[in-house]
Amino acid sequence: MSTRLEHVVVVGAGAAGLATVDTLRREGFPGRITVVGAEPHRPYDRPPLSKQILSGQWEPDRLALRPDEDFAALDAEWLLGTPAAALDVTGRKVTLADGRVLGYDGLVIATGVSPRRLPVGHDLDGVHVLHTVDDALALRRALGVGTRLVVVGAGFLGCETAAVASELGLEVTLVDPQPAPMTRQFGPDVAALIADLHIRHGVRVRTGTGVVGFAADGGRVTGVDLDDGTRQPADAVMVAIGSRPVTGWLADSGLSVGDGVDCDQDCQAAPGVVVAGDVANRLEPGTGRRVRVEHRMNATEQGTTAARSLLGREARPPGVPYFWTDQYDVKVQVYGHPEPAARFTVVSGDPATNRFTAVYQRDGQIVAGLAWNSPREGRALRQRVLDGA
Amino acid sequence: MKIVLDQDKCVASGQCVLAAPDVFDQRDDDGIAVLLREQPVAGEEESVREAARICPAAAIRVEEA
Repeated sequence: MSTRLEHVVVVGAGAAGLATVDTLRREGFPGRITVVGAEPHRPYDRPPLSKQILSGQWEPDRLALRPDEDFAALDAEWLLGTPAAALDVTGRKVTLADGRVLGYDGLVIATGVSPRRLPVGHDLDGVHVLHTVDDALALRRALGVGTRLVVVGAGFLGCETAAVASELGLEVTLVDPQPAPMTRQFGPDVAALIADLHIRHGVRVRTGTGVVGFAADGGRVTGVDLDDGTRQPADAVMVAIGSRPVTGWLADSGLSVGDGVDCDQDCQAAPGVVVAGDVANRLEPGTGRRVRVEHRMNATEQGTTAARSLLGREARPPGVPYFWTDQYDVKVQVYGHPEPAARFTVVSGDPATNRFTAVYQRDGQIVAGLAWNSPREGRALRQRVLDGA
Repeated sequence: MKIVLDQDKCVASGQCVLAAPDVFDQRDDDGIAVLLREQPVAGEEESVREAARICPAAAIRVEEA
């Protein structure tokens, strides 16, 4: 560390940003911390947005990642509702969208991602994306019984949204160019089970086809045109086709920005600059590969590493990747990276009974483990992924 | 130190059991975390703080005495 660390600016007020603030304080950093957030909210949890918030089970106050008194104890200054607009790495200054300029000794980049959009249609009423709590509440208001909802994109968000909407009594169509929902995430065997699950719950699964445009009446969406020439009638559309790292503000910063912000295995991008969470494209310890991960556990883990790195402390080795999805009465939990091309083998239970565990193997090595409604058994898979056997 | 577990927020990841196996367990049927004791015994405090820190649902809160 070259300069003395007196003021740390954290750009991004999500789970990763919060983990850096937490860690800085836990490790005894006594200086100033300023957190910049594009949204007007203090850090909240995103996974429930497409689950309990969308279903109406929870109100947004349940999303807070800390109780008020714990936020206060962190003794940070929160500049919320204002995104960062530019970074000067040499002069150690961040410029905000409202023109304010913040000098720093240490900078945390934790700006996350924003939803990818289709080239057309997002100006129409009734076309939604889901990333923020405000997005989730807007979509929730559109989910009336009998409403025809078309979900574009059958990844985590799209499948969870389809499940919630179908349980709320909507007519749901799930569209994706992949051969089956979540093929890219889980490979063909599990994707077939996910497709069955949705079909059993009355969702029309239209995979193997993409969206070419929208039908509208008076500025409001009325249908989705597919590349097989058909039109799906729609009262509401939710577009969930992945996300993009939020790096526009770094365009002239001199940092290496491609798919996210490149950083080393200790999350360092430049002297005094660290990166954490969905936006970080990190050199993977061990393999030397670059990896960008959009999962909840990764935000906490990298936030911790990034903060330790700023303080000049040794980084901890990263844990085994973990993520999950909840759809209807099914919870799928995964350790590792389930490569779609890997060999998939059920190791306990039976897909027919709606409970099983399985491993993914590449060249005889276990690269991931998956638990379908088997949380306790799933825990044991973590060690198998660590051991590779 | 007192441990408060919000089972309604719990996502059954089992990360707490991995971090502090003598303090947390998971229910057989749905994997929701259960507390084996509300107050850790001497030597367990750090692993309990770790469990709270890594919980992907922020469902564990540690109240330091």
